[in-house]
Amino acid sequence: MRLLEFQAKELFREYGINLLPSKSSTTIDEGRVHAKELGYPFVIKIQVPVGGRGKAGGIQKCQNDDEFELKYPQVMDLTIKGEKARAILLEKMADIKKELYLSIFLNRSKRCYTIIASAEGGVEIESVKNQIIKEIGMGDVSDEIAVQVAKEMGLEGKTAKDLVDTLKKLSKLTIEKEAELVEINPLAIMQDGSLMALDGKFVTDDNSNFRHPEMDKYQEKSEIEERAEKSGFSLVELDGDIAVVGNGAGLVMSTLDMLSDNGGKPACFLDVGGGATTESVYEALTLISQMNKVKKILVNLYGGIVKTTVVAKAFLKAYADGLIDLPVYSRLKGTESDQAKEMLKDSRTKIYDSVEDAINAAVMGDRK
Amino acid sequence: MMEIFDILKGRPEDADYKKKGVIVQGITGAYGSLHARNMMAYGTNIVAGVTPGKGGQKFDDKVPIYNSVKEAVEATGAKISIIYVPAKFFLNAAKDALQSGIKLLVAIPEHIPVRDTMEIIDMAKHKGAIVIGPNTPGIMIPDLIKVGIMPPMPFKEGKVAVLSKSGTLLYEISDALTKAGFGQSITIGIGGDPVNGTRLIDAFDMVKDLPDMEGMVIVGEIGGDSEEMLAQRIIDSGFDKPTVAYIAGRAAPKEKRMGHAGAIVMGTYGSAESKVSMFNKANIPVAKRPAEVPVLLAGKMGKSD
Repeated sequence: MRLLEFQAKELFREYGINLLPSKSSTTIDEGRVHAKELGYPFVIKIQVPVGGRGKAGGIQKCQNDDEFELKYPQVMDLTIKGEKARAILLEKMADIKKELYLSIFLNRSKRCYTIIASAEGGVEIESVKNQIIKEIGMGDVSDEIAVQVAKEMGLEGKTAKDLVDTLKKLSKLTIEKEAELVEINPLAIMQDGSLMALDGKFVTDDNSNFRHPEMDKYQEKSEIEERAEKSGFSLVELDGDIAVVGNGAGLVMSTLDMLSDNGGKPACFLDVGGGATTESVYEALTLISQMNKVKKILVNLYGGIVKTTVVAKAFLKAYADGLIDLPVYSRLKGTESDQAKEMLKDSRTKIYDSVEDAINAAVMGDRK
Repeated sequence: MMEIFDILKGRPEDADYKKKGVIVQGITGAYGSLHARNMMAYGTNIVAGVTPGKGGQKFDDKVPIYNSVKEAVEATGAKISIIYVPAKFFLNAAKDALQSGIKLLVAIPEHIPVRDTMEIIDMAKHKGAIVIGPNTPGIMIPDLIKVGIMPPMPFKEGKVAVLSKSGTLLYEISDALTKAGFGQSITIGIGGDPVNGTRLIDAFDMVKDLPDMEGMVIVGEIGGDSEEMLAQRIIDSGFDKPTVAYIAGRAAPKEKRMGHAGAIVMGTYGSAESKVSMFNKANIPVAKRPAEVPVLLAGKMGKSD
């Protein structure tokens, strides 16, 4: 899960990392109160769980009431990379000398945590120059390493001391909350040489959620996603009109790829997990029935030992219960496929021998 | 570290050649018992089960159950263990195995916190043990030994090594290979987590010197850079056996976890384009569809003759 900036900053504050005064709101009325409390000038920042906010106009300077009344709703109405505003953060404007970059991330290929630091921050990580990279095992940062990083960044005096302090706090946060990534970009040098976190990015290891009930409040899930999780499914909602269902993440991704190659537009990625039963397929159809955008359903099941008749029962029950009234294009690998085809021959579910055939039919539409 | 084939198959002089013992941790659970039976049906020599508190009982009237891996190893001398316990019990189960002398640990469970995995990998390094997974279908030498959850039908003994991050795609692609006449010498499930006990390059190192290997298939997916690292290793090592890759997730949106904890693109890191272009650099064709894998492999073999 990727936290919003203001949520990441709540954690930063808890761990004593320097921040500017800021307030998050979800309505302009709330925002007006915050504007008074903070006083101009401040920055209006959209809260979305994706990067590239500045370029998309999601970060605006604000000098007075007139600007506030104009810009708050503008920023609130933006959609950035498909993400609508979850909140608006008002943050005091800072008089800064320089922008740095600092992060600790889970280095997947090296299988350890790694520090990335740079004296040239404020741009996306791919463009950060002169990166200082230190592998730090399970995430603990010693004084020696922190001092070394500050030195390699060319920092001196109070700034160097602050960097050591910030880095050690970031390390503590990473370890205690089991983060995959904690990033401060930019980390600003203020006029007095102190450091201030102007932005915050925090990605959790979702598999460790059970050890962190204190992080539950940051969970953001739609009703459908929550139901999917309860059933042990993985669901990602997409923009198209063909729901893609299968068992196993790789197989469903592969189906998504082939569908897109053939000009189809996936409405969701739904992985029902290892096996496939009448119940799990019925539950998958239930979830899909709640997504209005879905016009067709593409099913790709590789059931090693699964009987396809068991899956066919789920389709028949879904039609009989009035749960769905959509065409289903399915490829069911498993046993008893002839019986399954026979069972479904008068329904709106068609079984194909290959996934390619099922995809073609789904894209081209029914031709009965 | 012992060679993977020595552990799974052994050498002709071994008393247990081709019937190496395997311990099943969590054998009395619903999932563990199902797959223990399936492995036995496949011919895997299951010598012991472990369920704390159930020591002294027998599973299906034949497999002795112990309270700990330590006791199971003392009684059987097994070097292989497979874990089916729920994620939150994984860390202790895996420690028990590694501290008891297990040399090949297959970690089936999904949803294991990444710090737990890292701790186990570190411990395995010190003990000279191999960890496969977590979140893996397991490892098998077709028609000889299966330590995992794969269905048997897709696989057949042969000379192509298959390394895969995904479970169902491993079945799908092995099925296509088998139908095209390419049996498998070994299949290794890497797992879909961000951090893997055995990475693609580690799996490659395990199999690259197999004398009778005729080809290799790499089944990758978006997320991380283990495919890129492997492509670089293949270039650097001068490996010249016919090799074909498949990458799932070309159409996946950025910054969304696609079912697997590790299947996520951050910026350009982990993207399918990056992986495909590195494989191209290594002169390894990348199939567009699973069904295309055996076609490309046949093409590569034709050229290398």
